[in-house]
Amino acid sequence: MTVTASNAGEITPPADLVSCTIDGIDIQVPKGTLIIRAAEQIGIEIPRFCDHPLLTPAANCRMCLVEIVGQPKPQPSCAIIVGADMEIKTANTSTVADLAQRGVMEFLLINHPLDCPVCDKGGECPLQNQAMSHGNGESHFHGVKRTFPKPIAISSQILLDRERCVSCARCTRFSEEIAGDPLIELIDRGAQQQVAIAEDKPFDSYFSGNTVQICPVGALTSKDYRFRARPFDLVSTPTACEHCASGCALRTDERRSKVMRRLAWDDPEVNEDWNCDKGRFAFRYLDEDRLTHPLVRDENGDLVVASWPEAIAIAAEKLTAARGTTGVITGGRVTREDAYAYGKFARVALGSDDIDFRSRATSDEETKLLRAVVAGSELGVTYGQIEQSPMVLMVGLEPEEESPMIFLRLRKGVQAGTATTAAISSWSSPGFTKTGGVVLAAAPGAEAQVLAALGSADSSLSDAAKNVASALNEDGAIILVGERLASQPGGISAATALAAATGASLAWVPRRAGERGALDAGALAGLLPGGRPITEASARSEVAVTWGVSPEELPTEPGLTVEGIIEALTTVPGAEVDGVAEGTATEVVVDVEGAGDTDSVDVEPADSEQAHGDPIDEEFEPRITALVLAGVEIDDFPNPDLFRTALLEASVVISLETRLSGIEAYADVVFPVAVDTERAGSYTDWEGRVRTFGQVVAEATTIPDGRVLAMIADAMDHSIGSGEPLPMRRELDQLGSYVGPRPDGPSATAPVKATPSSGKAVLASWRHLLDNSILATGEDYLAGTARAPVARMSAATAAGIGASDGALVTVSNDIGEIVLPLVLTDMPDGVVWVPGNSPGSTVNASLGVVPGAVVDISQGGQV
Amino acid sequence: MPLTPNLTAHWDEPDSYTVAGYERHHGYEALRKALEMDPDDIIGVVKDSGLRGRGGAGFPTGLKWSFVPQGDGKPHYLVVNGDESEPGACKDLPLMLASSQHLIEGMIITSYAIRANHAFLYIRGEVPHVIRRMHEAVRDAYKAGYLGKNILGSGYDLEITVHAGAGAYICGEETALLSSLEGMRGQPRLKPPFPAVAGLYACPTVVNNVETISSVPAILRNGADWYSSFGTEKSKGIKVFSVAGHVNNPGIFEAPLGITMRELLGYAGGIRDGHDLKFFVPGGSSVPLLTEEHLDAELSYEGMEAVGTMLGTATPMVFDETVSVVRAITGWLDFYKHESCGKCTPCREGTWWIDQLLHSLQDGTGKMEDLKQLEDLCAQILGRSFCALGDAAATPYPAAMKFFAGEFEAGTHTSANAQFNPAASIVFPGVTTS
Repeated sequence: MTVTASNAGEITPPADLVSCTIDGIDIQVPKGTLIIRAAEQIGIEIPRFCDHPLLTPAANCRMCLVEIVGQPKPQPSCAIIVGADMEIKTANTSTVADLAQRGVMEFLLINHPLDCPVCDKGGECPLQNQAMSHGNGESHFHGVKRTFPKPIAISSQILLDRERCVSCARCTRFSEEIAGDPLIELIDRGAQQQVAIAEDKPFDSYFSGNTVQICPVGALTSKDYRFRARPFDLVSTPTACEHCASGCALRTDERRSKVMRRLAWDDPEVNEDWNCDKGRFAFRYLDEDRLTHPLVRDENGDLVVASWPEAIAIAAEKLTAARGTTGVITGGRVTREDAYAYGKFARVALGSDDIDFRSRATSDEETKLLRAVVAGSELGVTYGQIEQSPMVLMVGLEPEEESPMIFLRLRKGVQAGTATTAAISSWSSPGFTKTGGVVLAAAPGAEAQVLAALGSADSSLSDAAKNVASALNEDGAIILVGERLASQPGGISAATALAAATGASLAWVPRRAGERGALDAGALAGLLPGGRPITEASARSEVAVTWGVSPEELPTEPGLTVEGIIEALTTVPGAEVDGVAEGTATEVVVDVEGAGDTDSVDVEPADSEQAHGDPIDEEFEPRITALVLAGVEIDDFPNPDLFRTALLEASVVISLETRLSGIEAYADVVFPVAVDTERAGSYTDWEGRVRTFGQVVAEATTIPDGRVLAMIADAMDHSIGSGEPLPMRRELDQLGSYVGPRPDGPSATAPVKATPSSGKAVLASWRHLLDNSILATGEDYLAGTARAPVARMSAATAAGIGASDGALVTVSNDIGEIVLPLVLTDMPDGVVWVPGNSPGSTVNASLGVVPGAVVDISQGGQV
Repeated sequence: MPLTPNLTAHWDEPDSYTVAGYERHHGYEALRKALEMDPDDIIGVVKDSGLRGRGGAGFPTGLKWSFVPQGDGKPHYLVVNGDESEPGACKDLPLMLASSQHLIEGMIITSYAIRANHAFLYIRGEVPHVIRRMHEAVRDAYKAGYLGKNILGSGYDLEITVHAGAGAYICGEETALLSSLEGMRGQPRLKPPFPAVAGLYACPTVVNNVETISSVPAILRNGADWYSSFGTEKSKGIKVFSVAGHVNNPGIFEAPLGITMRELLGYAGGIRDGHDLKFFVPGGSSVPLLTEEHLDAELSYEGMEAVGTMLGTATPMVFDETVSVVRAITGWLDFYKHESCGKCTPCREGTWWIDQLLHSLQDGTGKMEDLKQLEDLCAQILGRSFCALGDAAATPYPAAMKFFAGEFEAGTHTSANAQFNPAASIVFPGVTTS
């Protein structure tokens, strides 16, 4: 750190370095470095409260005062930039600085309640710690302290204890500068100054939990964690967030094998110091409805507890019988290592390439995009790049709701003037508004046209759109394609074409944490690990060597994706589900109400004879007869009833689950598997960055998916190795990424859509961050901060059905209906937007369609 | 030293605040002259005149204007600080009431000099009569063609907005004033960036006191040499002094800088009859107090510094022997505690603490160690707070202790009211308290 000019030769420092001395130590720092940061670089810690490296300097706590030789007063080191040849003295070497700091500390404590023994922050409190290091042992203050009633709730989650507050304004600056939710502000003055909300506007920010973490005292606490543990009783593990594909680094704190809280952990490349409230507060699901023992279906059709060897043997026997006709569908919770194990298991043990990690709406276009461009592409567009991009165009993606760290990073770039954003969306959501970009309005299904127009420099484009189009041609322009675009025919193809035409980088942003990792690990039909096309002999042989099988044993043609698997099961000749394949109403005769019953495991399909019935046509050889399912939510499929039909039609259903999910009602064998805290693993975030996490609960006795698969595979006489996360990860890493020819990308054209007639509208939808998500089960405090579900239409659309702002409207089709209060919104006519999976608005479950479908709209309705 | 009425010269005329009243006495002549000058030359004249900021800090005015970057493509603003709230100060409000057009003409000339097309006048919220007067005066000036588009055919445009604050003392601090004017909480901002670079709406802004800007027209009309012929070497020009307290004839006296307190007291009719001077503060409650021995000190920036105080707003408050120093200081600290904006720790917590100790001394329940504690507390605030409000709050006690330690010591056993009958301080001849 110290550059000393030796007599051997002059060392010329780069021009952008500034020299100074701190406590007599020479140091050179880049121009513009704050004194407090420069001191950190040489290990000199200056006490601070208001200072935070990611917030603008405030200099209001005055704790970091230092002496700058030549200046009459001590100066706040958090706000003063190092000047050339500045001589800085901290409390280590300066009486002036030391007295100033001790004085400020004494002041800070006079109105503080000193209730450390009952304060959640006690033990990890900057005020407590710095009072010890930079304060006097005794206070001279014997007067009357200012008091406030404690604590008050400023949201259903966040509590404010005003007596403990030192008015550092970290929370208010975070909310305004970082989150863009200025819902809290300091009010009143003098010692009565306090953090407050407006009377009818609670602190319902998706990022409110960060304020608890950066509060340097115990003024802000969460109901979730209040009085639950002491910091010194906690055991911490670095982890990665499983709630979305943002890839946040977290720290998970556990006490006596139970997770007590989660914190955002510092990763400057990814989440910086932040995370969202879902990632922070939603972890009760880890203990809810957990499956504890293997279950097998007995001769009466009841699910009964079985021993592991028994369950393994039954599964192996059934899957051996179904070899070559078994489909594997995994969900978003599956880790990279487990996804690799599923991919290997499918190809080696099941002899099948019928595997997909996408238990949701997909399309052939998306599959082609993933195979051609995304799979195994390693680190692509990064957070750093979106922060510095002249144009980030989002399509099929609402970043605040679907990838909050993308939102925060875009906002950071926009605030700093280094990034510009635009979005193709049905309306300008709060997230788009806060990232300050242009919203090019498009009804679902019209994205492709807008994308094509941007690429063609169409003269009919609006000025705003022209600016977007021209910025896309600049270096560093980026197109972020959200997973939702898969539902809109032609959208992904048009985005790919636009990227090719403009030179913009294209990144695919899935919503779920496990998807990108699963893709790279080979859990998609047609793709072996590392993005290797199964059609390429060289790719097959590379994998075969690692897997210890002969290349001839591996499938050579792409198998079925999730749509194909469901279609294969639901178009069995003779089955009583005619018409299902077209996605219309079905008559499913299973008692689905019992499926979610958490108290009972002996759920029985209504008619197991039909469920596993013999095909009527003896000659018919079904393409798929068995399913292996993991982490799958029935209601995540665009048409849940159709998926239930598929489950009924499958002769064999093997389920690997952490909890009762409804799948067990259809399953022949159910294996309980470990949740993230009980095993090590990793996810890959949307950037393609691997996010590893450690095992939080050391005493866990549960088994990861991969290990279960390995046991089944062994029983089938096809080894896939131990299946344990770390060996699986080593194998995957050894395989590395594919270099070689890839299949073609998507090139579909968008169908021209007719404008819906009056009383009908095109459905638009995405999911709120805080919604009915299974992983947020039981988080009532968190749910209290969720956005209220509303329906949105343009004024003209609403007028067409006689609906007014705030009144109830009904969105329906022949499957079901959603009734929500209407909020008139600036959006294209003939479009209705509802949240995807919120209380009272479950698009898949209620309507069985994807956005882009035409639905009926009417005023009024019964909630 | 004779008085030199300039801004206050025609206060005996009933329409001194109107355009007509002002025009009778060379009103708006300076503007005509200025509009024909190069803006930089105007800044040069003001620099040469030696005019220094009249809000308290005394920063050279022309120099401040020259900090505004020119040709930067951003709008520039002039903001006039009419938030006069300093205990004891009463000069800007009367100036706005009776010399409204002086201020408006000064604002136009200043705006022209710094290339601003929008000027703001921020007036303290508790003085509706002044706010109404200035609204009317601005309306008059618009009518007369001195404001708006193409002023006097020069092609120069200026809009003036009169803004009423909500009555927080902190909004007299220039950056807090800017925040308040922007509609935010009135709390001071970090400097740098200074307002000249990033002030109102992050654009280059000059913030000047009412009296400073009001002085500009006479300087332009009569020349820099005329103005700098008044005053002392380092404190040039004419100053509006307001004298308050225990004098027979309190009021406003306009005189060259360098006049002594003894002379001012003479103009103010001397200490009220039958009483003697005990102490005075030369520039509002925020500067250290002085006693009789300082009566011959020059009331100039450097003269006051030489006797350990500051000229401040040059608004002396005079106290006779009936006054308890402890009570006076405690009253001021009540004010600072109430007006502390809460932003920084030393001021927020320090005033809370000091005030409690002073009250116990005032009540006669203090302890001897409180005296030392108060010294320490003031030292803990002075120079460590975010803005000058903290420094101001830390100023009265140490200065008072220098001359009146005994009264504070007496506060450990006898209340201030028992030592000094409060009624005695408020009785003037012919006025009874009953």
